[in-house]
Amino acid sequence: MRPFTVHTGRAAALPRVNVDTDQIIPKQFLKRIERTGFGQYLFYDWRFRPDGTPDPAFELNRPNAVGATVLVTGANFGSGSSREHAPWALAEYGFRAIVAPSFADIFYNNCCQNGLLPVRLAEAEVATLLERCERTRAGYDLTVDLVRQRVADGAGFEALFEIDPYRRRMLLEGLDEIGLTLLNEVEIAAFERRHAALGRSSI
Amino acid sequence: MTPRTLFEKVWDAHIVHQQDDGPTLLYVDLHLVHEVTSPQAFDGLRLAGRRVRRPELTLATVDHNVPTGDRSLPIADPISATQVSTLERNAPEFGVELFGLDSPGQGIVHVIGPELGATQPGSVIVCGDSHTSTHGAFGALAFGIGTSEVEHVLATQCLVQARPRTMEVRFTGRAAAGVTAKDLVLALIGKIGTGGAAGHVIEYTGEAIRALSIEGRMTVCNMSIEAGARAGMIAPDDATFAWLRGRPRAPTGKAWDDAVAAWRRLATDPGARYDREVELDASRLAPQVTWGTHPGMVADITARVPDPSEYPAEADQRAVARALEYMGLKAGTPLEGVPVDRVFLGSCTNGRIEDLRAAAQVVHGRRVAGSVRAMVVPGSMRVKAAAEAEGLDRIFGEAGFEWRNAGCSMCLGMNDDILGSGERCASTSNRNFEGRQGKGGRTHLMSPEMAAAAAIAGRLIDVRGFHPSRFALGL
Repeated sequence: MRPFTVHTGRAAALPRVNVDTDQIIPKQFLKRIERTGFGQYLFYDWRFRPDGTPDPAFELNRPNAVGATVLVTGANFGSGSSREHAPWALAEYGFRAIVAPSFADIFYNNCCQNGLLPVRLAEAEVATLLERCERTRAGYDLTVDLVRQRVADGAGFEALFEIDPYRRRMLLEGLDEIGLTLLNEVEIAAFERRHAALGRSSI
Repeated sequence: MTPRTLFEKVWDAHIVHQQDDGPTLLYVDLHLVHEVTSPQAFDGLRLAGRRVRRPELTLATVDHNVPTGDRSLPIADPISATQVSTLERNAPEFGVELFGLDSPGQGIVHVIGPELGATQPGSVIVCGDSHTSTHGAFGALAFGIGTSEVEHVLATQCLVQARPRTMEVRFTGRAAAGVTAKDLVLALIGKIGTGGAAGHVIEYTGEAIRALSIEGRMTVCNMSIEAGARAGMIAPDDATFAWLRGRPRAPTGKAWDDAVAAWRRLATDPGARYDREVELDASRLAPQVTWGTHPGMVADITARVPDPSEYPAEADQRAVARALEYMGLKAGTPLEGVPVDRVFLGSCTNGRIEDLRAAAQVVHGRRVAGSVRAMVVPGSMRVKAAAEAEGLDRIFGEAGFEWRNAGCSMCLGMNDDILGSGERCASTSNRNFEGRQGKGGRTHLMSPEMAAAAAIAGRLIDVRGFHPSRFALGL
C-alpha cells in the first residue's frame, strides 16, 4: 500500500451530505475484474451529461477544482454499498485525502486499505473549509499531515484530527495488513483448536 | 460476571488477538463470496502466492450480474460474463464451494446462507457486500467488508476490526395488520437517518421484533446498513431454532442439542448496558414509502411529499430539493396516488418465500394495471422452486407479473433488469439512491404487500384499505 505521511494539494469542495457509493462509482462500472480503470468513471452520472461531455455545473468540473487531490465534503460520505471500487476510483482520479464531518464505516475502512486518508473534522471546521474552497477562485490548497494529525491551509486555518493509532501506523508505513496478521499464525491456530472444541469448526 | 449484550458475547468469543493500540483480530466462521467484490481479492492471493486458509468455511455464489431470464442462453453482456466466469475459475482453483449459475442452490448470497443453514447463531459472518447484516437475524454478528478485507479473510480467516459501539433499538407494541418488518426498519431509518447508527451494532428488541417471523427479522437486519449500522442483530429464540432445524448445513443429533443449548445463552443478560438506546412504538406505525433518494427520506403512505423549507439545516434543504427534482415530485403532493410504471418484487431484503406469499395474497385474482410492468425475482432458485410448488407463480402469472430466475436483478441493475430514465418503480429492495435501479430511474421503497398493491392499482396506495371493491370503484 502507498504510504501516507504529509500531503499538500489542491482542494475540491463537494458540499453535499450522504454521498453514497452508488454516486461515487455507479454500478455499471463495477464489472472490471482488476483494481484499476475506475478513475475515469468517478461520479460518472454527476460529472458527465447524457451526451458524455463534462457537466460544468458539477463541483469537480469547476476551474478551481482542476487537479484536486483533497476532497472536502459533507457528513456520512461513502454510505451504502461496500464496493471498494469507490476508493479505487477516488484514488485513481488523484485524491489522496478526503475531509468530512463523518464517513460510513465500511467506506472508511476501505479508504485506509488503499492509502487514501479519510479525515474527520468537526462540522464547523468542514463548513469553513468548504466556504474558503468555494470562494478561492484561483484554487485553494490544503496540507493534510498524518504525522501531526493536522489539516492546515497556510492562511490561518488549522485543525487537529483523530485517527486510530493502528490505522495511522498502517498508513504512515504503507504496511501489508495480511502479512502482519499472518505473523499471528500461532494464535490463529490456537484459536481454531479451541473453537473446534466448541463445535464451531465447520459449516 | 458482568452482564453482557448479545453482541459482546459473540465478539468476545471470536477474539484471536487484541492489539495494544486498538483493533481486534477477529475470527470469521463463515465467509460468503460473490462475483463482484471477489476477483481482485483472489488475484491478490495469486500475486502473493497465498492460499485460502479455510476453504471449507467459505461459500461462493453468483448473484449480482446474473440474468434472470432464460438461462440456457449465454450471458449477453461480455463483461458480466467475464466476472461470472472469473469466479467459476477462482472457486475451484482455491477449493471454494460454488453455487454457480446452473446450480439449484444458486441465489442471492444473503438468501442462500440462511437457506442452507450455514448462517448460525453466535457466529461471525462476513461478505464483500453491505447487506451481510441480514444474517444478524439469527443472532450472528454479520457485516459487510471491502475487497481488501475479503482478501484478508481468504488468506487468514480473520479480520482486523475496531470494536463497534452498541445500540438497542426497541420496538414496543404490536404492528397493525398491513404494517410489516419492512415498515419497522424504514420507520427507524426515517427517525435516525442514514448515518444514525454509524459505528454501532444494533440489537433489535421488543414485542414487535419477537412477533416477527425469521424472514421478517432478516428484512429488519438487512436494512441496518441503511441506518449506517455496522450490523444488526436479534437474539435467537425457539422460532430461530425451529427455522434452522433440519437445514442441510445445520448440526444434527447431539451436536444440534449442544448447539441449541449454547445458542440459548447468547441473549443479552438482564442489566447489560448499551451505548445508545432508541425506542419506537410499532403499534403507531403506518406502511412506509420512500419519496426521496436515500432510505431515510421516507414517510407514512398517508403523508404528503415534504417541502424543503420544513428542514432546519441548509444542507438538508438542498438535499431534499435536489431529491424532489430527481424524483419528479412536487412538495405537498399526497404520496398515495403517485402513479408508477414498474414494480419490482425481490432482493435480499424481500425476496424470500414469505415475501412472495404476502405479495401473492394481495395479487390473487387481480390484474396488474395496464400501464405497469411488474416482475417477481425470487431470492434464490430454492425460493423459486418452493413458490412454484405452492402455485404462487400461477397467481403472479395470471395477474400479469413476469416470473423470473433468482438474482439481485433490479435492486441494483447490474444485469439487464433496469429502469429507463424517468421511470417510477415501486420496489421491495433496499436503496433508492439516484440511478440505483437504472440511470434516471425513480425508486420508491416499500413492503412486498405495498408493492403488490401498487402493481394492481397502478399507483402508490395504502395496502390497509386496499380491497377488491375499493379497487373496482377506482377509489
